[in-house]
Amino acid sequence: MKRQLPFLLVFLFGAFMVFQYYVPHESSEFVYEFLLDWVMIIGIFALALGIWSLYTVSVDKIRHKKENWAYSYVTLIGLFIMVVLGFTYKVGDSWGFYSVFVISLMTLLGFLIQTSVSKDKGLWLGLSGLSLVVALGIAFTDDSWGIAFMTSEGLSNTMFTNFADFVLTPILATMFSLLAFFIASAAYRAFRARNILATLLLIAAIIVMLRFNPYMPFGLPEYMAKTSNWLMNVPNLAAQRAIVIGIGLGIVATSLKVILGIERGYMGKG
Amino acid sequence: MTEKKNIFDKMMTLDRRWVFLFLIVVCVATYAADFSIPINTEQETESIFNFLDSLPPDDIVLIAIDYDPNNLAELHPMTYAVVEHLWRKKVKVIFTSLSQLGPAMADQAIRDISDSLKIDKTYNYNGVEHNFKGREIVNGVDYTFLGYKPYYALIILGMGQDFRLNFPNDYYGTPLDDLPMMQGVINYDQVACVVDLSGGNITDAWISYGQGRFNFPLMLGLTGVMTAQYYPFLGSGQVSGIMGGLLGAAQYEELADNPGRAKDGMRVQLFAHYVIILFIVLGNIGYFMSRRKNLEGGN
Repeated sequence: MKRQLPFLLVFLFGAFMVFQYYVPHESSEFVYEFLLDWVMIIGIFALALGIWSLYTVSVDKIRHKKENWAYSYVTLIGLFIMVVLGFTYKVGDSWGFYSVFVISLMTLLGFLIQTSVSKDKGLWLGLSGLSLVVALGIAFTDDSWGIAFMTSEGLSNTMFTNFADFVLTPILATMFSLLAFFIASAAYRAFRARNILATLLLIAAIIVMLRFNPYMPFGLPEYMAKTSNWLMNVPNLAAQRAIVIGIGLGIVATSLKVILGIERGYMGKG
Repeated sequence: MTEKKNIFDKMMTLDRRWVFLFLIVVCVATYAADFSIPINTEQETESIFNFLDSLPPDDIVLIAIDYDPNNLAELHPMTYAVVEHLWRKKVKVIFTSLSQLGPAMADQAIRDISDSLKIDKTYNYNGVEHNFKGREIVNGVDYTFLGYKPYYALIILGMGQDFRLNFPNDYYGTPLDDLPMMQGVINYDQVACVVDLSGGNITDAWISYGQGRFNFPLMLGLTGVMTAQYYPFLGSGQVSGIMGGLLGAAQYEELADNPGRAKDGMRVQLFAHYVIILFIVLGNIGYFMSRRKNLEGGN
């Protein structure tokens, strides 16, 4: 029963989702929307599980002093500080004791990690409690800022937007920009005219790279643009179509195998 | 004893740090130099521009900001070019963001473009001079920002039923029914087209679950490396136009006579490509000369 029930559920819901696509009746739509809501709800549980997993993995890394363990502190502080900033907002003209509140919460986090890591749990637990008391004390007495769980005021918290705009965005953009250097180095090493196919690839790459180059004589820019357009619209299109059709058929086959219980990988070892 | 490398061997096995150094010097120098390169437009971008330019005021376009800061350099200029063009023409915009860090991208773009719309501007495109008075862009009147929700395929399907299904409130917490521009706007039927600016596989969901099921005109703005992958959908008519990478954004800016950060970046990209081609040529000269020398030595 432990195995049969999941198979039955997968078969019933999988088959329903296939057939409802062709049934534009309001009851079919109602069940469909109901199921979409369920997917979202299950997903939210997965999010909570993900955060807990990140916390335990990071704490485990700190406890066993694994390679680059110190970065786990940065991960956890980054995670929780954004949560705190995203749920709080300024009410008055100044932030009052808000910075003390944030620091005490981050200290609480540090002490909780130490509680998990250290043998002297009592001391760290006591200090955690003290930090929590300070944070709660400020939260209840300081009127210059507020906490918003159900509304979106926190999204306009300047500290929240500044962290996103001036820390997160440049870091991610920089990481991606570094690709240009690796691509340049890889192109230099890989694009060698060793045989006919490699030569064709090399010529095609140069034409596509030069297609917007205006500094060439004898009307070459126009010729390059036309050739590049042909490369994209004929050989590339043909190859991509074959790939897309292949992937599509593969998805249909795999989905049918899952619905019919032939493919059971999602059940794990159980 | 190790054999001494000749010049051709060195050309083949140049330390990659030289490539990096040369590339950064060229990028910085071309960025610092103040000149622009002429941009030739392509039909894939022209079809998007012509469609959006033909929309009358008060029509609604859904723009999906489905990219994270990773793709900011290529896709942010597209957002700026397209949204400014639409708002100048008083076309209303519904923004969504189905990628996790997309809301910050959309929020930043909305703030910046709203500021630039405050000043009068004249554009000259399609052989006609277009004068636009500066105006205040108002949330709920000129645009609605729905924000982010996880499970993009489900959200795309849900919006086909009713925007309120997944987004009862907008990003700023206002109920959709309280926003003037959303009165009578139920689902994709009230939207002239969808423009998906994407740096990932959310585009596949827009094609399969959005355009495939609800049959709206879909236009794509993609990163350079993704573009080739989506040509089949252009050929089949499922996609009405593609802006590919920074070049696509620069072409849109050129068409709208609104030079911005894409045209600015194109000169850097062009000279970076020159550097890459130079190193490829050097590597191949080294390869052929070394091979020739080895063959001669063998004989």
